Amino acid sequence: MASLVRSWIPLLILQSFLVAVAFGSKEAEQFSEALLLKPLPDRKVLAHFHFENRAPPSNSHGRHHHLFPKAISQLVQKFRVKEMELSFTQGRWNHEHWGGFDPLSSMNAKPVGVELWAVFDVPQSQVDTSWKNLTHALSGLFCASINFLESSTSYAAPTWGFGTNSDKLRYGSLPREAVCTENLTPWLKLLPCRDKDGISALMNRPSVYRGFYHSQRLHLSTVESGQEGLGSGIVLEQTLTVVLQPETTSVETNMQPSWSLSSLFGRKVVGSCVLAKSSNVYLQLEGRLGHESKNVDTEIEAHKLWKNADFDLSLKPDRVLRESSGLLFIFDIDKSSDSEPFDLGLNWKLPSKWSCQQAPLQASRFLMGSGNERGAIAILLKATESQEKLPGRELTDGRCTIKANIFQIFPWYIKVYYHTLQIFVDQQQKTDSEVLKKINVSPSTDKVSSGMLEMMLELPCEVKSAAISIEYDKGFLHIDEYPPDANQGFDIPSALISFPSHHASLDFQEELSKSPLLSSFKEKSLVRSYTEVLLVPLTTPDFSMPYNVITITCTIFALYFGSLLNVLRRRIGEEERFLKSQAGKKTGGVKQLLLRLTAKIRGRPIEAPSSESPAAESSFLSTKLIFKIILIAGAAAAWQYFSTDK
Amino acid sequence: MASEKRDKEEEEVKTDDGSPKIKPRPIVQLGIFLVAHSPVFSVVFSAAGVLALLILPLLAKNTYISENALMPGSARSMLSNRDVSDGSKLVKDIKNYWLNHEGQVQKLIGKYMSDMGAEVYYQKFHPEGNQFHPLHFFSGPDSYTLLDNVSCASYGVNVAGIIRAPRGDGKESIVLVTPYDFINGGDYEALSLGITSTLFSLLARVTWLSKDIIWLVTDSRYGDYRPVAAWLTEYHSPSFKVSDLLKCGELNTADTFRRAGTVAAALVLKVDGRSERFEDTLSIYAEASNGQMPNLDLINVVNYLAVHRQGFYVKVEKVVSLLSSSWLKIIGEIFEAVGKLARTLNPDWNFGIPAADYLEGSATLASSLYSQALGIPTGPHGAFRDYQVDAITLKISPRFPPDSKTRQHDFFLRGARLLEGTIRSVNNLLEKFHQSFFLYLLTSPSKFISVGVYMIAFALLVAPLPMVAASLYIEGCKALTKSTDNPTENLKSWKWLDAAKQVFALHLLGFIVTLLPYFICQVPGQHSPRNRSIMWGTTSSSLLLITFAIIPGCSPFSSRHHGTNWAVLKSVTISAAFIGLCLMSIINFATAEIGALLLVPTCLMAQPIKPALRSRRIKSLLGAFCSMVLLTIGFPVMFFAISKGLFGEAVVGLSLGGEFWTWLESLWAWKSATYLYIGMVHLPCWLLCLCILFHPS
Repeated sequence: MASLVRSWIPLLILQSFLVAVAFGSKEAEQFSEALLLKPLPDRKVLAHFHFENRAPPSNSHGRHHHLFPKAISQLVQKFRVKEMELSFTQGRWNHEHWGGFDPLSSMNAKPVGVELWAVFDVPQSQVDTSWKNLTHALSGLFCASINFLESSTSYAAPTWGFGTNSDKLRYGSLPREAVCTENLTPWLKLLPCRDKDGISALMNRPSVYRGFYHSQRLHLSTVESGQEGLGSGIVLEQTLTVVLQPETTSVETNMQPSWSLSSLFGRKVVGSCVLAKSSNVYLQLEGRLGHESKNVDTEIEAHKLWKNADFDLSLKPDRVLRESSGLLFIFDIDKSSDSEPFDLGLNWKLPSKWSCQQAPLQASRFLMGSGNERGAIAILLKATESQEKLPGRELTDGRCTIKANIFQIFPWYIKVYYHTLQIFVDQQQKTDSEVLKKINVSPSTDKVSSGMLEMMLELPCEVKSAAISIEYDKGFLHIDEYPPDANQGFDIPSALISFPSHHASLDFQEELSKSPLLSSFKEKSLVRSYTEVLLVPLTTPDFSMPYNVITITCTIFALYFGSLLNVLRRRIGEEERFLKSQAGKKTGGVKQLLLRLTAKIRGRPIEAPSSESPAAESSFLSTKLIFKIILIAGAAAAWQYFSTDK
Repeated sequence: MASEKRDKEEEEVKTDDGSPKIKPRPIVQLGIFLVAHSPVFSVVFSAAGVLALLILPLLAKNTYISENALMPGSARSMLSNRDVSDGSKLVKDIKNYWLNHEGQVQKLIGKYMSDMGAEVYYQKFHPEGNQFHPLHFFSGPDSYTLLDNVSCASYGVNVAGIIRAPRGDGKESIVLVTPYDFINGGDYEALSLGITSTLFSLLARVTWLSKDIIWLVTDSRYGDYRPVAAWLTEYHSPSFKVSDLLKCGELNTADTFRRAGTVAAALVLKVDGRSERFEDTLSIYAEASNGQMPNLDLINVVNYLAVHRQGFYVKVEKVVSLLSSSWLKIIGEIFEAVGKLARTLNPDWNFGIPAADYLEGSATLASSLYSQALGIPTGPHGAFRDYQVDAITLKISPRFPPDSKTRQHDFFLRGARLLEGTIRSVNNLLEKFHQSFFLYLLTSPSKFISVGVYMIAFALLVAPLPMVAASLYIEGCKALTKSTDNPTENLKSWKWLDAAKQVFALHLLGFIVTLLPYFICQVPGQHSPRNRSIMWGTTSSSLLLITFAIIPGCSPFSSRHHGTNWAVLKSVTISAAFIGLCLMSIINFATAEIGALLLVPTCLMAQPIKPALRSRRIKSLLGAFCSMVLLTIGFPVMFFAISKGLFGEAVVGLSLGGEFWTWLESLWAWKSATYLYIGMVHLPCWLLCLCILFHPS
């Protein structure tokens, strides 16, 4: 199969080239693949797959693509998406050990579940409609319940707190979405080689999903051509970030585990995807520059970089790049083949320790209070050790400050009281004017829209910790608004903490080749981190006992209506008078009893004894009664007979 | 009850009209019948109530696991010898520490935790006592208010380690608590650390975790409860203000207090004492404050795993003195005989249980009822209940001495496997515990009585109260109409007003007496509990005298002939007792049950003693004697002494006052609603019964 594909591929390329020439576009569609491997300080390995697909601006209106997935281009055309990002994540990003101040973490550390944001290029009034349609389209495309974001209670329109300033931006997240291989397969379908060839062939499902963190991301942006008549180009960026634990046999706990691609993924790379313009593997080692700052001109010293006393690599890197905090080894996988698969290995010889660069403030969020009535949400920002070293401090009025944006969506059943917002800086309560630079609040409407809070804090540089707390009341849901597992509680989506004056980028000393992965790393990206998802227990009715509810309701209704009708119908004065007159007359005891019995049965007040024989009447009545009883018994017997007959 | 009240009114309408007797409707007739024969029915109902309480052990059902997701014991244990050796090593290191006295034990435990891959932090807390505040009853757990003058002289340090679930979302967590005295920890206590450390070592590398695990080693120098409560307060309602406590001590606790989402369940593990039996014994404690219980499923899972997988002997607390009581044994034998007889009649009726089982069951039931009624948590798990977290305490007593190395390995393996299975079950849960019962009484670890069954006994006990109240009211009204010819006083609907005034005055007095201890505690100077109880007693009785003096017609000693009619007074008293008991049954059922056992006979029997003495009839003399005996038992101090005697601790003389004070102090310190019940329902009703007893009629 593989060989068949491979023999066809040159033909395809030729064809695509011809087509490109025929359409006369200036740029051809480009696809590139890359894999970044990075050992992490806590004995884990990060693997970051990066695929970029560029469709240049063309007047073909996206109908004829060669490499670019048609589904995506149709999506962009139909909903006029300017920029969009969709991520599926499982597990939590460990900001402490895996870093929080590099482009990799600021772009790929995503909240648990599904997160979607999109900027549209439509008039303001149509943005919501486009968003709703987009969620449905994506839901079908990625086999996920993204369509739940359609409801206006689940998304918000951030203005500036999200980092992208646009009034046509919509943001929503589904923290409870389970991410699995059924979401990965449609994602892989968008790649020209799928997972059959090239780097993506490494994605062995069991090893990918065994990881500690798993985030698949799809980011697309349109590039305006600027020329008339030409449409816009699309850049589709697909990344998959996994954090894996290499299996080790060594008992030493401070020794970094050695690994190779085959031990991590259970597969090897056999050649690149033929359709890819570039396919590289990168290995990033952090904290390796301190003792090797000498110039590496000579062959021996270059050799020392990848084979030294600390570690050695199983393959010789094609290039070695240096950046401010570490080394980057670049491998070209074009040379590998079936007979000589690319299987990069890293073998540690000495215990080694380093730490990742962290964001200036580390955020954690938790719920306060107890009970089903009210509570409070607190966000705690704590200074990290690397805070002092970071650039991006600002001087306002002679004071050194750190800016932090907080963006938080509240579902409507969390009824937040915004006036209870309290800010503590270094355990001192501060007034809003002291630290709050900007705040934007959009309160929620019950069952209609979710609430949103955006605020910009300006904290002094020497801050140790800051805490924000806000109180809320828990709402009551209607019985049919509860999800199937209501007793689990309800999720509050992650808050986004971003630092508008801090930007992460890798700063390479050498001039780069035109690798999309490296150029995306070189771009300045906003430092951001997501907090934990919170679980709020709300009052839940006892769903398992609808029977009890029905019974008690029916009983109450019966009692109520029965007594009400009785009161309306009866004339007590009349009855009393009647009874008094009855009491005056003396009748035989047996006869009286019979009369009362018949009156009871007929439900009428006792009649005055008529002229005809009361015994005859009572017997007549009783025959009627007996007849009725026989009739009912017969019906019951017939029913019994027919029902058992089947 | 409502219908009966209505019946009462209707009945009145009929009788006072002066019209000829008219047969009312059957339901009204039934009401009249019940009210008319209230003495018989009250005896029947009360006896049935007591009988229903006695046959509860027979009606106990076997526990079952209601939530299917729990699946206890379905996974194979993954504990290996390596984990056990980790645990043994920790125990050994702690022992060495006691020999060498180097560093701090907290640090040692913290180091073990972080070596296993957990996030560790130390929490300092202040062992402040529980302060009684009259307004803090029923308020939630109060926020952590630090005293202004925090002294560094005494503070506790908790150690906590968190294992993050590898692929989890961090929304929920399970807490494991092991109390340990860091200054003079015993050998048995160290074993509990060993078991948990064994388990923790396993949990740090498993991949099936979906909830984070928190292991909390609390500083049990300051009791078991207080450190856990302090940790939970910090977890749920921290103060962001500056705290002086952080500066104290050499232990660097500046690191953050870490959290791990909503707590799904908590297990407290304690190892102490040697088992008296051949097997290792596991005792389960579940009662939290005000008789709240954790979900029955949690107890079921632990019981199932302990009995069927790890071979522990599981027990719950029981009143030991009841096991040897002969009267209970006779009752058990009677029930056994009745059960046998019933089975001969119909083989399907197999409700009979052996007398020994009955004895065991009722002893456990009594203990269960007593601990719930007391409203004081039976262990550190009680602190979790305040935050709606299901928690139980497991106390394991090994059958070997603590220094036996060979047995220790096996013991750790089994203890850790039990916890592993429980955690795995809770970990499986998608929703929080909600399937099984929250209102139940245990008669053995595997048998329970649900609320629907044990409510019957209470309902039967309080059923006579409205009946008797109605009949007494009618009686009193008749007597009043006879005695006063003044037509203006014939406004019948206001006849109860005098009595109600008296009842209200005494309830108000009860309320004040309830608040008195707070003010007595404010009295400067050190006082022994005995002195305080004497202060309380004298203030209360002088207040009572003042009440009698101020409010006319209130005193039982007033010789005015036109005082309140005792029948009306008793009727209103009984109504008040009925309302009080019904309210209490909602707050804490067990208290209401025991309270009804005391209060109902006292209220029903209370009658003026003077006419009985005057009449010199045996029947009335017997009645007067009974009511006096019941009143004596019904006095809270007296009942306290009797119950102490029942539990095997005889208290006599003046020390009783001190004991009683301490007991009450513990009740209010734990915010037990029983304290309010005693002060605001039981005491006023008892005083009113006393008034009736000495009524000058």
